[in-house]
Amino acid sequence: MTTLLEVSGVSVSFDGFRAINNLSFQIGPAEMRAIIGPNGAGKTTFMDIITGKTRPDEGRVIWGERSVSLLKMSEEKIAQAGVGRKFQRPTVFEDQSVFDNLLLALKKDRSPLSVLFYRRSARDRDKVQDLAAEIGLSDQLSRKSGELSHGQKQWLEIGMLLAQEPRLLLVDEPAAGMTPEEREHTTGILVEAAKTRAVVVVEHDMEFVRRLNCKVTVLHEGSVLAEGSLDHVTKNQDVIDVYLGR
Amino acid sequence: MERSFIFRNPSVLIFLGCLALFTLGVTMMSEAAGSGLISTSFVKTLGKTLCLCLVAIAMDLVWGYCGILSLGHFAFFGLGGYMIGMWLMYARTRDIVVASLANAAIPPTDQEISDAIGNQIFGVVGSAEFPLVWAFSSSLTMQLALVILVPGLLALVFGWLAFRSRVTGVYLSILTQAMTLALALYLFQNDSGLRGNNGLSGLQNIPGADAVPQSVMSLWFLWASALALGLGYLLAAWVVSGKFGSVIRGIRDDEARVRFLGYPVESFKLFIFVLTAIIAGIAGALYYPQAGIINPAEVAPIASIYLAVWVAIGGRGRLYGAVIGAAFVSLVSSWFTGGQVPGFSLGAYTVNWVDWWQVILGLSFVMVTLFAPKGIGGLVDLMTGARAPDRHGADLGPDKGSLQEQEATQ
Repeated sequence: MTTLLEVSGVSVSFDGFRAINNLSFQIGPAEMRAIIGPNGAGKTTFMDIITGKTRPDEGRVIWGERSVSLLKMSEEKIAQAGVGRKFQRPTVFEDQSVFDNLLLALKKDRSPLSVLFYRRSARDRDKVQDLAAEIGLSDQLSRKSGELSHGQKQWLEIGMLLAQEPRLLLVDEPAAGMTPEEREHTTGILVEAAKTRAVVVVEHDMEFVRRLNCKVTVLHEGSVLAEGSLDHVTKNQDVIDVYLGR
Repeated sequence: MERSFIFRNPSVLIFLGCLALFTLGVTMMSEAAGSGLISTSFVKTLGKTLCLCLVAIAMDLVWGYCGILSLGHFAFFGLGGYMIGMWLMYARTRDIVVASLANAAIPPTDQEISDAIGNQIFGVVGSAEFPLVWAFSSSLTMQLALVILVPGLLALVFGWLAFRSRVTGVYLSILTQAMTLALALYLFQNDSGLRGNNGLSGLQNIPGADAVPQSVMSLWFLWASALALGLGYLLAAWVVSGKFGSVIRGIRDDEARVRFLGYPVESFKLFIFVLTAIIAGIAGALYYPQAGIINPAEVAPIASIYLAVWVAIGGRGRLYGAVIGAAFVSLVSSWFTGGQVPGFSLGAYTVNWVDWWQVILGLSFVMVTLFAPKGIGGLVDLMTGARAPDRHGADLGPDKGSLQEQEATQ
């Protein structure tokens, strides 16, 4: 299987604290992966490194068929290359309508001049409407996104992520604070997305991870502790000791 | 199927209509029209107010929409004024010098004329030489180009350095304030080449238009200012109405999120910073011929802070709010500080409005910020019934976005 993203030997310290320690990780172009781990295991820092928010002290992050390094690229260049990220707390633009939020995320030329002279075409409009249908927000398009409920904001953010048409989705705790029905819907969206692209989900909730039915990577103290199916890692004695046993 | 720009932004049409009516009304009541209900000096005040409204729109774009609290936009305003002032002063002095030397027995050489002009302009700072910055002052076209180029380039260099280093928030405000202060201090020096603290004066006399009385001249500038304000409003409304506006409001609300969507945030900030600096420069170039004089005190940091106060009181994040704030506060301000308002006695102490106006302005700024963050423009929302999302009840979850008590029971 080809590799879309390869992280190898990455380490990063903050004021002497090793948040990520010689971490290696690989994911293919159409694969779902769940990352679990106790608090402080380095899950968010790991995402920060891939998206360019944090520069690692050592190691390599290689992207795509042409094997370019992401380490030299700025956040927006990495996003344009096809890495989309969903934050733990839903971050949508609350002052703007659901439609505008989705339109903003739609894959288009991002330079100031082309944005300034952008004219909304009927195709873009249809695209936004299709996305809204996919995330179940068709009726909410003209509402300000600040008025949405927590779960709806999470979906909107996932929708914005899909609108970017990324090749890799990094999703941080998508199911936090959701009702059981909302969780089910979210699982559906993510599983559907993983058919055509790579999806990395960071999650605390084992039940949710079980539903995703995918390969699991367990992080502990900044490096990979175990990898494999959920049943496989939950039987691993190290994992039980540091995480599940408690 | 897409509705037209005007249709989607009805406030633009309303604003342009009001501006046209205002200009027409002032013209009819001016001394030049014969009725004289409005004195020429007040026509000039109104014309200057329109220029202040234009720079307030620039401030609203950069602060209210893009979230960059620039405390340096009056520097760009002043620079625009200096650029046009150089030509006005040069050309006017040249006319006078040529007229006085015309009576001499021997016709003057070009060098003599140039020396005499230099002596007239720079005698006050003990010099007669033209400094390098006056190289283009004989050409109106060049100085008009400089009105745009000088503020634009300063904003480009400053913005590039500041945004590239990811300086944001209060630190950026302090940086812009430092830039303004540095510029003012530089201009205060006699050898800065712009006549030190004397500044440029006599700008109300337009070269070659000696026959035109000031009452008519004031109207010309009123019309020019109104036209510039109308066009500036239209441009600003167009910029913020589409996807570009969506992006810069996103930058204001959550810069990191916009970056992760793949937008080059720094380029957008730089674009808006330079655009607003140019608008400010144009506004300044129209303002100072009406004021008649420009000196470094105009560029002092406090001026840029006033600009932020106007926009805050008028209501930031909406263009007409900035216009209302600038017009209202600057007119009321000149009314109070003009000494026309009689003070009243509190027995032992007499309240003198010239002194107390600053206190009132400061207090109202604090009040607006605390209790009416939408400013005067928020009244429009009250009338049209538009409301921001108002979510009651305690949070059910730890985060700001989590489900609220009332929603959960619905």
